[in-house]
Amino acid sequence: MAALRALRRLGASLAPRCPGRCGPLISPRAGWPQAASTRSLGTSALLFSARKFTDKHEWISVENGIGTVGISNFAQEALGDIVYCSLPEIGTKLNKQDEFGALESVKAASELYSPLTGEVTEINATLADNPGLVNKSCYEDGWLIKMTVDNPSELNELMNEDAYEKFIKSIED
Amino acid sequence: MAGLIRPCLALQDGLKQTPLHAFHRQQGGKMVNFAGWSMPVQYALSHLESHLHTRQHCSLFDVSHMLQTKVFGRDRVKFMESLVVGDIAELKPDQGTLSLFTNEEGGILDDLIVTSTSEQHLYVVSNAGCREKDWALMQGRAEDLRAAGGDVHLEVSENALLALQGPSAVQVLQTGVSDNLAKLPFMSSAVMGVFGVPGCRVTRCGYTGEDGVEISVPMGRTVELVELLLRDPQVQLAGLAARDSLRLEAGLCLYGNDIDEMTTPVEAALVWTLGKRRRLAMDFPGAPVIVPQIKGKVKRKRVGLISTGPPIRPHMPILSPEGRPIGEVTSGCPSPCLKKNVAMGYVEGEQSRVGTVVAVEVRKKSCPALVTRMPFVPTRYHMLK
Repeated sequence: MAALRALRRLGASLAPRCPGRCGPLISPRAGWPQAASTRSLGTSALLFSARKFTDKHEWISVENGIGTVGISNFAQEALGDIVYCSLPEIGTKLNKQDEFGALESVKAASELYSPLTGEVTEINATLADNPGLVNKSCYEDGWLIKMTVDNPSELNELMNEDAYEKFIKSIED
Repeated sequence: MAGLIRPCLALQDGLKQTPLHAFHRQQGGKMVNFAGWSMPVQYALSHLESHLHTRQHCSLFDVSHMLQTKVFGRDRVKFMESLVVGDIAELKPDQGTLSLFTNEEGGILDDLIVTSTSEQHLYVVSNAGCREKDWALMQGRAEDLRAAGGDVHLEVSENALLALQGPSAVQVLQTGVSDNLAKLPFMSSAVMGVFGVPGCRVTRCGYTGEDGVEISVPMGRTVELVELLLRDPQVQLAGLAARDSLRLEAGLCLYGNDIDEMTTPVEAALVWTLGKRRRLAMDFPGAPVIVPQIKGKVKRKRVGLISTGPPIRPHMPILSPEGRPIGEVTSGCPSPCLKKNVAMGYVEGEQSRVGTVVAVEVRKKSCPALVTRMPFVPTRYHMLK
């Protein structure tokens, strides 16, 4: 719920500290692209997976045993213009759901959580100079980190595109 | 408290609405709860675009959630001076000032603009988040004064309040008014017709650091006036998100974040609001606490901070270069104009000098920051020479 928490923070940073205030009522447009064709899960040592999602709005896709991680379109829309990306160092070992960095818009910071257990093998260095790539291309050029997939069965615990789309609808209602 | 509830406006989700509520939704405003009001946080432009548009052209903000009070009666100045730190008696006709409601302990109850109108009343604008508190404070004091034979009474204005802010704001407004706005300096006010809507109070002030005005407009003609202002392509709607980052770049305090009942005007670096006559007379609430602080020492002081790297956010600890906690951030964001992080916070008195290097703890990492003079972005108020 990274994006949603960011929105709550926005409310907190704007609202005077008065008793009785509640969270803001932002409902970002879903603007959800249709699911890409689903590739099959690899059976050999080479592991493949189509894009899968966490309930905190990160995605991961796996190719040759290496996962690429980013945030969803829903999350980037909710966050707005991203102006700074805090990313981990290569070699950082992450457990599933560990905090691994943050994306910052002018109004709020939103923490990032690892979708799987593994080790960071690469970070998207272009984001240092061009953090807005996360908004422009959240599924391609705006990826965040690459990581090993130490426990492939964890992939089964994540949502596929259809399930994530339903999840978004359920939190928007 | 009946006067605080706008009679014609429904409550939805328990949130109060301004006369522009339906209009905001039509314009694609993302509505949020701000101090119990349903207010637009942004519209079609992104936060960043809206912020920069305001600095380059001008933006229109709905600030009708703020409390507009008129103070009538022979003893209105005495009444106001019994609540605030400023010299209200010295205000020239239609001149206004930023002031502070303070309590007996020297804490700030709210910040407000008081204008001494040429129409036999004071026009007071205070924060939406403090609406009930401010009203109770003013009404209570008015009753006390009346009980002692004084002549003062209060009226809540049901007008909407619009802020038109940016370098081209006055040029846009000038096309719709007959008064010469060049003769309306910063913090002065006049009643005029605006684009055919009579009886608007136009005050040269704002919360962005830019030149601009706030327009108090009769409720029933608010949408009409907004639509007329938006005909000028230089004008874009802006919401709370841009308002917050603009005011921070201008070094202006947000009540509840940067100042509160636990903060004195001296700690908040708002000594300039303490009227000279009032300091000598020590006759404002909390003066015995506040006045000695001016020349003495304060435990903590509000400062501006600039840094690069990860943005600084409210509640982050401020550390000495050696890592000792010396304070806390109260507001902070990446500055869209400076491309650096700007923030305000409180530090120990000895660390508050401009140029002092401190650190801010961002997600368990210590990041260097520099104590910096505010405003961070130069203000462009219309001062008469």
